Amino acid sequence: MPIVSDISFDLTTIWAFVIAFAVLTYVVLDGFDLGLGILFATERRRRDRDVMMNSVAPVWDGNETWLVLGGGGLFAAFPLAYSIILPALYAPLVAMLLALILRGVSFEFRWKAQGGRWIWDAAFIAGSTIASFMQGVALGALLQGITVDKAARAYAGGWWDWFTPFSAFVGLAVVVGYALLGATWLVSKTTGDLQERMRRRAWFLGLATVGFIAAVSLWSPFLQDGYFYRWFEGTHILWAAGVAALVAGLNWALFHALHVHRHDHWPFRAALGLFVVSFIGLGLTMYPYIIPTEITIYEAAAPRASQVFMLVGAGVLIPVILAYTAYAYYVFRGKIDEDTGYH
Amino acid sequence: MFDTIDAVLLARIQFAFTVSFHFLFPAFTIGLASFLAVLNALWLWSGKQKYLDLFRYWVKIFALAFAMGVVSGIVMSYQFGTNWSVFSDKAGPVIGAPMAYEVLSAFFLEAGFLGIMLFGRDRVGPGLHMAATAMVAFGTFLSAFWILSVNSWMHTPAGFAIDPETQQFVPTDFWQVIFNPSFPYRLAHTVTAAYLTTAFIVGGVGAFHLLRHRRRGEHPTPATRTMFSMAMWMAAIVAPVQIFLGDLHGLNTLEHQPAKVMAMEGHYESHPEGAPLYLFGIPNDAEQRLDYAFGIPKLSSLILKHDLDAPLAGLDTIPDEDQPPVGIVFWSFRVMVALGFAMLGLGLWSLWARWRGRLYDMPWLHRAAVTMGPSGLIAVLAGWITTEVGRQPFTVYGLLRTADSAAPLEAPAVGASLIAFIVVYFAVFGAGTYYILRLMAHSPSSREPRLKDSSEGPVRAAGLTPGRQGHQPGE
Repeated sequence: MPIVSDISFDLTTIWAFVIAFAVLTYVVLDGFDLGLGILFATERRRRDRDVMMNSVAPVWDGNETWLVLGGGGLFAAFPLAYSIILPALYAPLVAMLLALILRGVSFEFRWKAQGGRWIWDAAFIAGSTIASFMQGVALGALLQGITVDKAARAYAGGWWDWFTPFSAFVGLAVVVGYALLGATWLVSKTTGDLQERMRRRAWFLGLATVGFIAAVSLWSPFLQDGYFYRWFEGTHILWAAGVAALVAGLNWALFHALHVHRHDHWPFRAALGLFVVSFIGLGLTMYPYIIPTEITIYEAAAPRASQVFMLVGAGVLIPVILAYTAYAYYVFRGKIDEDTGYH
Repeated sequence: MFDTIDAVLLARIQFAFTVSFHFLFPAFTIGLASFLAVLNALWLWSGKQKYLDLFRYWVKIFALAFAMGVVSGIVMSYQFGTNWSVFSDKAGPVIGAPMAYEVLSAFFLEAGFLGIMLFGRDRVGPGLHMAATAMVAFGTFLSAFWILSVNSWMHTPAGFAIDPETQQFVPTDFWQVIFNPSFPYRLAHTVTAAYLTTAFIVGGVGAFHLLRHRRRGEHPTPATRTMFSMAMWMAAIVAPVQIFLGDLHGLNTLEHQPAKVMAMEGHYESHPEGAPLYLFGIPNDAEQRLDYAFGIPKLSSLILKHDLDAPLAGLDTIPDEDQPPVGIVFWSFRVMVALGFAMLGLGLWSLWARWRGRLYDMPWLHRAAVTMGPSGLIAVLAGWITTEVGRQPFTVYGLLRTADSAAPLEAPAVGASLIAFIVVYFAVFGAGTYYILRLMAHSPSSREPRLKDSSEGPVRAAGLTPGRQGHQPGE
């Protein structure tokens, strides 16, 4: 089965791309602020924590909105997939939602709590870590397969099916990857000792992330036959080699930017690149399935009238959203530094 | 522990619990966002310090309430799938689109401009800051527009067909889906309720500080007087409008969901010669009658049909399996209506006090306003319970039963998540409410510190931009 040539650009495929774009945008944007929450555990000085939180306070809410678009978009464009995947991943998703509540309110509450600030610092760390882990678990559980009763159009497995060594491993991978995004984000937004520590952490986290990408890439083809053929059969192995080369190149760029050029912004961009490449690899692995290997995007798609009606709005509004989101980032650009200001 | 309890019932309790908690925050922040936009505009237009003081005072409370609304709202967007998957599969092709429009047009707008509204006045200048504040307010309204359209469709479905193969509802006309028959009434009634909710909270806080200033023998600050006065104008003008809108919404419900109105009125029996308005009674579903009923003859017919002798059908015309539970609907409706008239009463009292020139010097009026502070939140929940429980036993009225809508989950899974939601919500939103009350307890001083100057605001150190560090006029 050729990988790219059989992607036809009909409405269903376009919607699959829109949802994938929303999820990818969510992963990289909330990825760095969740990662920052994970790294909160390693920084104990109050001022460092204040600076870290300030670097995302004006934007985290917008970042998290992409998660709502991912979920809401799946509901609207692929209602059958939404109604099978969500019950199948019930426990990890509920845990993720509760964790997101804890960390989301911590942004506001830790400034209001007088004696109890440590409670919201702990909630921020725990919430960020659990939410990241559960997102990885959900991805792993989707990749390894979900039991579907196609006649009943429903999930047909038990409520612990999602929990396997593979899904837990992907959960760890996401925690480490998000921490890398957070560390490189902080390299670009801070100065002095904090920035220096983040450089060192980003180096370790970068190595670990690439290790996890390699391990998941080698493990997942053995979960389902289709994955194996997609990546290792005949000329497809060239694609696999290409992706591996890209990951290695980005890794080299990351280390170079961190320690050779000691650049402030390129480490974050290289880490983003690792996520984008991994995400495209995932998409190629799953296509044309939305629930591998039970339900294709075509089986799950909403009727044409719904697709058209929504595409008009998405086509107009997503570029507008990207424009004013970019503007908000532009307004809050620059280093965060409490007392010395901008140098 | 949960073996004896039905998984569907647990899922219903969980949805009711999470949506009720969530709804309190937007009910407050929809009005507050507009209030902040008005305050900021008045500050820019008049240059009077009190408006800036009020903006800075309320924006801190807004930031807290909004954050809680956002995080509790994310839960809702996933719970349709996790707990109501059959409903999601069947109704998704129709209501998924307006929900996607809510995310695209409203959520991103609010989130994108919230940071600038809260932290960006120095960075973008007064004009763009005003625009960002207005965008957040507009976003809250758009959000209400889309989600109430979806909710209204579940009450009065329109513009759809049923796919014979998949049994899904499929859209035939999105204009009819969005502007379904109950939507205009529900939107007007709910958004007005949100404005009233905010007005009574603001008025309650203003009255609290007026009383405290009086007790301490101080003069109330201009900001305190202004917020109380603005809130009382809202109460006097909007409360009667709301009662009128509620009546229209009720007539619309009578046309499309008569069983709900029967439950609200406690009309188990049909009344061929004019129906009484029951003020009190104990609904008895088992015997299908209203015990200890006390009512005013023929008044219900007058209200609903504008004719004393108009016949009104009762629940005896509705099959048992299609009836909503009367007790909850009957009582929640009365709580809402009683609070609505109490709001009107306070509004009229404030008009009288204003006319006598004693608006800031009438302790009993202020005590009443403090007591009525949370009345909007209670009325909003009571109204929501009336309409949602009144839709039972259906999720899509008349077409899809609640019992047939739930996800194929086992009761222990739903029971465990329900307990987790209860524990986390009470801990988190309890703490948040405490922080909000503490902010409210502090008096709006002249020269209210800004969010970023005070020791309690995030982003007091949000990166400084070269060239913009200088003193900003008016800031």
